[in-house]
Amino acid sequence: MNEPNIVKDDIEFWRWKEYQRIMPGIKWTNKDIITAGVDVGSVGSKAAIMVNGQAYSWGITRTGSNSPESATKALDWALQDTGLKASDIKYIVGTGYGRVNVPMANKAITEIACHAKGANYIWGPSVRTVLDVGGQDIKAIRTDETGRVVSFLMNDKCAAGTGRGMEVFADLLKIPIEKIGEMSLEIDEEPPPVSCTCVAFAKTEAIGLLRKGWSKEKVLAAYTRAMAVRMANLINRVGLEKELVITGGQSKNIGIVSRIEVVLGAKCLPMPNWRENGLDPMVAGALGAALFGKALYEKAQKT
Amino acid sequence: MHYGYSDGSGEYYITIDSDKCSGCGKCIKNCPESALQLETVFIDIEDKTVASVTEEHRKKIKYTCASCKPETNRAPCVLSCEAKAINCTWKEQ
Repeated sequence: MNEPNIVKDDIEFWRWKEYQRIMPGIKWTNKDIITAGVDVGSVGSKAAIMVNGQAYSWGITRTGSNSPESATKALDWALQDTGLKASDIKYIVGTGYGRVNVPMANKAITEIACHAKGANYIWGPSVRTVLDVGGQDIKAIRTDETGRVVSFLMNDKCAAGTGRGMEVFADLLKIPIEKIGEMSLEIDEEPPPVSCTCVAFAKTEAIGLLRKGWSKEKVLAAYTRAMAVRMANLINRVGLEKELVITGGQSKNIGIVSRIEVVLGAKCLPMPNWRENGLDPMVAGALGAALFGKALYEKAQKT
Repeated sequence: MHYGYSDGSGEYYITIDSDKCSGCGKCIKNCPESALQLETVFIDIEDKTVASVTEEHRKKIKYTCASCKPETNRAPCVLSCEAKAINCTWKEQ
C-alpha cells in the first residue's frame, strides 16, 4: 500500500497582512464623542474608531464565512490596547457588502456614501472622483467638496479586475500578494492586456501564456493592464473630474494605480503613508461610516 | 444613481437622480417589466425613499428594457416621472 506522495503547499500567497493601528497623540475622555464604523467587505473587514470625528484607531482583518463574527473581530481589534470598551462607543455604523450582518451597529449605510465621505476625510475637499476597488466589485463615485455622493456606478457582472482576482493570480503565480504590483512593472515592454474579463477564464488564459514561455512578470502585467482598462472605463462613464483618488485594498497595488494613470492620462492624489501613521485608504469606508456615526449621534442628541 | 452596464455590444444604463426623485412610485406602476422598486437611501444624514432598478434586473437591463425602446428616452418610466428624474442611455454598437 503506497500512499500517494502529495506535496503540500504551505505558503498561501494570496494572504495579505492583517493589522491594527492606533494614531499617536490623541487622548480621549468620556466626554468625547466616540464613534465607530465597521466595513465588512467581501474579502476584508475593517473597523475604525473616531474621537470627535478624528481618526483614532483601526483594525483590518480578513472576512471569514461568518459576517457577524468578522465584524466583531475587526471592531475588537480596533479597540485593542486603546483602553476603550465597546460600551464607550456612542454610535456604530455598519457598511460594506455585509453591512446588514453587523450585529452591534446602530445603523447600516451603503458603502458608496461611506467611501465618498472617507475619501473626503483622508484627502480633503479637493476630491471629486473616488474609485473604490474592493474584493468583489469596483465602484466609481463622483462626489462634491463635502464628500456627498453626486453620481455613482458599480461594475457589472463579475470579480475580474478586483482584489479577489488579484488573490487568485498571486496564488497561481506563487508570488506574495504585496509584491504583485511592483513585479507587474518589472517588464521591458507593456504586453497587450489579457482579453478575458472573467477571473476563471483569465486564469486559464494566463496559464496558456505561461506555457508559451511568458515570464510571470509579463503575465501579471497583461492581467493588471486589463484590470486597469476596465477601471478606467468605469471612471470615464461617471466622468472623470479632478482630483481622483483610489480607495480599497487595490489602492496599495502600484501596478494598478500607475496603469490607471496611464490609461486615463491623469494623476491620482498620492496615497497617505499608511505604513507610518498615515491614514489607510483601505479603511476609507470604515472612516466614512464613523463620521456618519458622529453626525447621526449629534442629530439624535438635538432632538 | 446609474443602473446597468456596458459590454461588448454597447452601453445600457437607466439613471435615476435621487435628488429629483420624490419617491411617488408612478414609474414603478408604469413599468411593464416590474423592474423598478422603492428603496431607502442615505443622503445628507437623512433616509430618503427613492425609485431604483431592482437588483435582479440590474444585470440584464439590456433585455428587460429593450421592449420600451429606451434609446428614444420615451420609455413609460421616463414619461411618467413628473420630476424628470429618470434618464436612459442606450447605445448599441
